[in-house]
Amino acid sequence: MPQQVKRLIVVFVALILVFFVIRSFLVPPTFGEYGHYRASSVKEILSQNIKYAGEVVCEECHDDIVEIKSGSYHKRLSCETCHGPAYEHSQAPDEYTPYIPSKRDYCSLCHGYNPSRPTGFPQIDPVKHNPLRPCIKCHNPHDPTPPEVPKECKGCHEEIYRTKILSPHALLNCTECHKAPEEHKINPRAFRPTKPSSRKFCGKCHSKEAKVSEEIPRVDIIYHGYGNLCWECHYPHFPEAHTTKKE
Amino acid sequence: MERREFLKKILKWIFILIGGGLVLRLLSVIRRKPAPIGSIYENYDPTEHYYAMGIDIEKCIGCGRCAAACKIENNVPKEPYFFRTWVERYIITVDGETFVDSPNGGIDGFPPLGSEKEILRSFFVPKLCNHCDNPPCVQVCPVGATYKTIDGVILVDSKYCIGCRYCIQACPYGARFLHPKTRTAEKCTFCYHRITKGLKPACVEVCPTQARIFGEVKPRNNPLARFVRMHKIRVLKPSLNTEPKVYYANLDKEVT
Repeated sequence: MPQQVKRLIVVFVALILVFFVIRSFLVPPTFGEYGHYRASSVKEILSQNIKYAGEVVCEECHDDIVEIKSGSYHKRLSCETCHGPAYEHSQAPDEYTPYIPSKRDYCSLCHGYNPSRPTGFPQIDPVKHNPLRPCIKCHNPHDPTPPEVPKECKGCHEEIYRTKILSPHALLNCTECHKAPEEHKINPRAFRPTKPSSRKFCGKCHSKEAKVSEEIPRVDIIYHGYGNLCWECHYPHFPEAHTTKKE
Repeated sequence: MERREFLKKILKWIFILIGGGLVLRLLSVIRRKPAPIGSIYENYDPTEHYYAMGIDIEKCIGCGRCAAACKIENNVPKEPYFFRTWVERYIITVDGETFVDSPNGGIDGFPPLGSEKEILRSFFVPKLCNHCDNPPCVQVCPVGATYKTIDGVILVDSKYCIGCRYCIQACPYGARFLHPKTRTAEKCTFCYHRITKGLKPACVEVCPTQARIFGEVKPRNNPLARFVRMHKIRVLKPSLNTEPKVYYANLDKEVT
């Protein structure tokens, strides 16, 4: 092998060694142990302080409230959803007191009417629903069942009821369209309520000839949506007639 | 011995010693054993977990408690441009147009809509880092400051991040932001400090309707396994092959 090649090899080997030595000083100690990252940074992230204690911790002291809550509509709500972070409180109960929301704005974050919310979620119009009175005057937040216990259809058909009260049919009683035998309340599947079966039924209010208030929308009951039954396009509990644009 | 020869020998030995030392150092670097997992994690084995989240659009009421709790738990800046998780409101009109808004991430609620007559359908979509199994943000990081942990969570090493924002550009879900004070990239960690201690992430903890479900891909006995069995699942932007680990149920076609 010629002399100059030998020298070049020596130089290259020396350079490669120097590269690795410098690299060993620059790369942080735990880099690359579990992947292309600094393993000790996981430890730094793990040391972050916890703020939300988790519901199990609350139960240890506030078992009385948890019991009230467990039978209510709010049973699956975590305490800290309303009361805010409580880890510090769980460590030093006397020094840190969790937040207690008492204003109407807070409840309406969930229960204020918003058309984007899923159907059936209990909502009120904060302007019309007992204006200015704090929600907690009538509803116990740990058991928010309305003070008047429903005795009618909505006792079981709550979802339909909640949908209907937001619809143009809000003022119609269930019995206007369904005739429920008294036994239905005791043996609901054996004694079923009636359902309208023809277009004529809706026509009692919505046909051009109907003798009812003029504000009710009217259609030609024979030719409007010919060939379909009314409830194949309109959901009777929320008829949505307004979604069709007027030309 | 001549002086010249003596000096040559001495130089030779010096070279051998230095070279040998370098080789030894190199060998020690190459042979370095990884620290045991126990020295990083306490009472927790990351190899037994692989995390993911499920979100049911049908259940989300858009109260924004998740975004608020996330900001508190993780000290996210209060300004309305920085979110690790946020809630978007989708409005699809009768004309077929789609509008999306997210005022302050949904933390203060959503303003009422002008006219309901124009709405065909409307719903809320909670968003966060998808903790992709094939994460584009990790690929582009030039310094190895963002990475996938053994249990499948994408984290940022804030001490090592140089704030170049490549990852923010690369994320197809807009889940990252540059922290205004530290000037490093930040993102959802699935509340890594909580889940490794057996707690739920803060957003899941406070969700009042259980629209968010936290669980694992691997062991089958956990809430997420039930979620993916009982629902039809879609992920965001599946065409990008990022393999997201945030599974959406009842997702609308307009959501991207």
